[in-house]
Amino acid sequence: MSTLAESRTPRAAASGTDPVLEIKNLSVDYGYDDPTHVLRQVSLTLNRGEVLGLAGESGCGKSTLAYAATRLLPPPGLITGGEVIFTGRDGIRSDILALNDKDLRASRWQDLAIVFQGAMNSLNPVFRIGRQIADGIQAHMPQVTKKEALERSANLLEMVGISADRLRDYPHQLSGGMRQRVMIAMALALDPQVLIMDEPTTALDVVMQRQIVEQIAELRERLGFSVIFITHDVSLLIEIADRIAIMYAGEIVEDASAQDVYRRPRHPYSDGLLHSFPPLRGERRELGGIPGSPPDMRKLPTGCPFRDRCAFVFDACAHITPELVHPAVAGDDHRRSVACLRHEPETVAAAGFTPQPVPDRLALR
Amino acid sequence: MTAVDNTVINDTVDLATDATAPDQGRRKFLFMRNAKAVTGLVILGFFTLIAIIGPYIAPYDPNARSKDILQPPSMAHLFGTTHVGQDIFSQIVVGTRGVMVVGFVAGIVATTIGVLIGVTAGFIGGWGDESLSALSNVFLVIPQLPLIIIIAGQLPSAGGLTVALVIAATGWAWGARVLRAQTLSLRRRDFVEAARANGEKTWRIITAEILPNLTAIIAAGFVGTVGFAVLSQITLSFIGITSVSDWNWGTVLFWAQQQLALQRGAWWWFVPAGLCIALLGMALTLINFGIDEFVNPRLRSTGLNARSLRKRKIRPRIGFTPVVYEAKEDRG
Amino acid sequence: MRFFVRRIIFYLITLWAAITINFFIPRVMPGDPVQAAIAAAGGSISPDAIPALEALFGLDPDASLWSQYVDYLGLLLHGDLGVSFSYTGFAVTDVIKDALPWTIGLVGIATIISFVIGTLIGSGIGWRRGTWADSLLPISTFFSAVPYFWLALLSIAIFSVGLGWFPASGSYDRNMAPNWSWEFVGSVIYYGALPALTIVISSIAGWILGMRNMMVTVSSEDYVTVAQAKGLSERKVLFGYAARNAILPQISSFALSLGFIVGGTLVMEIVFSYQGIGFMLFNAVNAKDYPLMQGCFLVITLAVLLANILADFVYGVLDPRTRQEG
Repeated sequence: MSTLAESRTPRAAASGTDPVLEIKNLSVDYGYDDPTHVLRQVSLTLNRGEVLGLAGESGCGKSTLAYAATRLLPPPGLITGGEVIFTGRDGIRSDILALNDKDLRASRWQDLAIVFQGAMNSLNPVFRIGRQIADGIQAHMPQVTKKEALERSANLLEMVGISADRLRDYPHQLSGGMRQRVMIAMALALDPQVLIMDEPTTALDVVMQRQIVEQIAELRERLGFSVIFITHDVSLLIEIADRIAIMYAGEIVEDASAQDVYRRPRHPYSDGLLHSFPPLRGERRELGGIPGSPPDMRKLPTGCPFRDRCAFVFDACAHITPELVHPAVAGDDHRRSVACLRHEPETVAAAGFTPQPVPDRLALR
Repeated sequence: MTAVDNTVINDTVDLATDATAPDQGRRKFLFMRNAKAVTGLVILGFFTLIAIIGPYIAPYDPNARSKDILQPPSMAHLFGTTHVGQDIFSQIVVGTRGVMVVGFVAGIVATTIGVLIGVTAGFIGGWGDESLSALSNVFLVIPQLPLIIIIAGQLPSAGGLTVALVIAATGWAWGARVLRAQTLSLRRRDFVEAARANGEKTWRIITAEILPNLTAIIAAGFVGTVGFAVLSQITLSFIGITSVSDWNWGTVLFWAQQQLALQRGAWWWFVPAGLCIALLGMALTLINFGIDEFVNPRLRSTGLNARSLRKRKIRPRIGFTPVVYEAKEDRG
Repeated sequence: MRFFVRRIIFYLITLWAAITINFFIPRVMPGDPVQAAIAAAGGSISPDAIPALEALFGLDPDASLWSQYVDYLGLLLHGDLGVSFSYTGFAVTDVIKDALPWTIGLVGIATIISFVIGTLIGSGIGWRRGTWADSLLPISTFFSAVPYFWLALLSIAIFSVGLGWFPASGSYDRNMAPNWSWEFVGSVIYYGALPALTIVISSIAGWILGMRNMMVTVSSEDYVTVAQAKGLSERKVLFGYAARNAILPQISSFALSLGFIVGGTLVMEIVFSYQGIGFMLFNAVNAKDYPLMQGCFLVITLAVLLANILADFVYGVLDPRTRQEG
């Protein structure tokens, strides 16, 4: 790794916590011949027992990040660089991107399980749900009989609040909320250490969303897995996440504790995103939203990708690409980081521009 | 394709949004860039040209007998001669017109019937839809060739045009079925609902909102029907049900079979005609592949150039994203 | 159950439509070819058979169309398709009864073999996109574009006339009397091998291409990705998830294109002079044996309908959604 890449590692990860999944400088292209660089050197660390929220508008690459890190990105996705280090309970570290097929298969579901977006399409419509939970168990534990696997599946279903006699149902016989619970039960079948949830509640109504989120929180208490929770709904993340990473145009622009992101956003985009959703509870906020639309990933502008939509843009933004750095606000948590030139006065000055101060709105204490 | 955010892949399987997208011009261009489609169109154009000028460029009268009996291909007779010394090359060149005319007439008539029935069924819905789709399913299930054979067999004289009409009357159902399904889904789209809410007349909604979005499917149906018609007509000619004195590729094969070309080892008698059929059939299939890939980007193999992928050690697989360490350290 | 009831009703309608088409064709044809044919046959048609022929072809000018139709349906219900002109003295049903097993044996078995192998190859190619397997596609395209009968001509030229491996025509050694001896069955297989092989080769390309496209489409479904995420073995993901679901539309298209395929394969019988329904239909057309023509068409349609019902049944078993109530 070059020194440049090193300098990009967020400081939050550097603090001596217990990482279970470390994504380092992950780059992903879409298309083989004339690729779009959908992820550019993204780094993100998930600590043991933590719920990490990953938020951003659709198209920002948050799902791509999750699928690339697990090598499940469909063609023509292509991982062009980086490492995804998984640390097992025994402390053995392995790079998921470097595993061969056999080891990767063995690691999947056992170490890291995923709850996919849209549970309707995630379940095979022609098999009973019991069979679909059980085949994952049997793939990793060949000594388990089919009967035992189905018994375990029944327990899992009861754990997520579905009666065991639903085991013989087909997916089309279940409601949307139940299907999502089945997916969660399926993902927990092998007691994985990391659970990636990709928009698990998007297709559900608000009441069901609430129930699912509470269920996940409760299960995490009991089973102690770590979660990467992907959503475009930041207010939901504030409910459930310990830490939140905000993505924009294939890069992480802010990484901080959930409370910090909620009360003291440092990036103009995080600030805008927070004002796009009503909070699920707590005080009312003024809803603003962000003007403009996400950039075309095929032709990103130079400099800061957010500058066209940013209220605090200045001349340097068109020339310098911001890096993830500690925010230039005194007294901030040393683990948080932000990618905005307002927080990088030295870089701006070194490039010959006049540094601009952090606006009050992005310097709340 | 929920696995990747939609804006990243701006291709969708959704035909309607494709067709109404602002960069329609670029997409048309894309279709013309599709190597399969272009190859198919070139071959089709070639045969169409031969169909037009065939009788003028044929070196011999296809019926004229000569002393060169059962000659293998030579400079004088490119595809050799028959048992009575007729020039096979001339028979094929002259016969192209019969093939193409029947193909196109049947294609146009069948597509028209298919559009009328399919779009109507999809648009009106309810009981009318039920009966129209039952009708097209009936025609799909009934074996067409035997039906064509018994109709043609009972006609006092089955000339090219009659055959074309009989083929069209039995071969419209596939297109109607596909069009009905697509119309049904278009009908529920926002822009159609909006036009309806605005009180636009039904025929205007159909011609202005629905038909333009069905162009690709109609084209595919037409191309498919032409292929079906060509095959059916050639088959009918080959088994001698239609008039054997009109030249087309099927009649060439009919005479080859009648005069035991196989047993006499006269391969030149039946190979060229068959290759022409195969070439024309392939051209039509290629055009349809082009349309399919244009409509359904999942089938597109562009970017999947096997050789260049192998060189880069990329094996595109579901569930195992290839990893190549070639990212530049700078941010592109 | 509703699925099956609906399908059965549909097939009954189709059967009725085929019968009705069959009823009207001779009646709307210009001229009176059947009358002429009966006249030409002279005394060779027994007088007892004349009324049935009149009912079948609408030769009685005094009867109303409706009463003709009722008579016609009545005859069909009794399995009476008239007498054959060319097989003098034989009822059409008896003539067809002799030919049908040959067609079912040849076309049926060859079509199923072609479907099964083609589907397997297609799933392989669709699964391994972007590899050498893709190079099979142009070959399949070529084979799907050539007419069946031409391949039959080629294979006769190469394997019978050229190499002399197989007989060029017929369905068994004419020196033997049909019986259930090994020798005779062996002869049937020997004579049937080349036509069967030709049918398989010419129709397999369609199945390969169809299944390949379905595999490509199904492979991008989320449940396939989930299956991979679960760490299932490649074989499980391929056969349990991807191909398992891609085969559903493949079966539907099997049912729908059966009519087309059967039409094409019947022509094979003509080329190989194989004594099945197709060859018989061909002879009937040439001999202007109208009752036999009509009978062949009805029986072919009936066979295709039965095969469709079978395909529907398999589909219903494979897709639980069709068994859904309501």
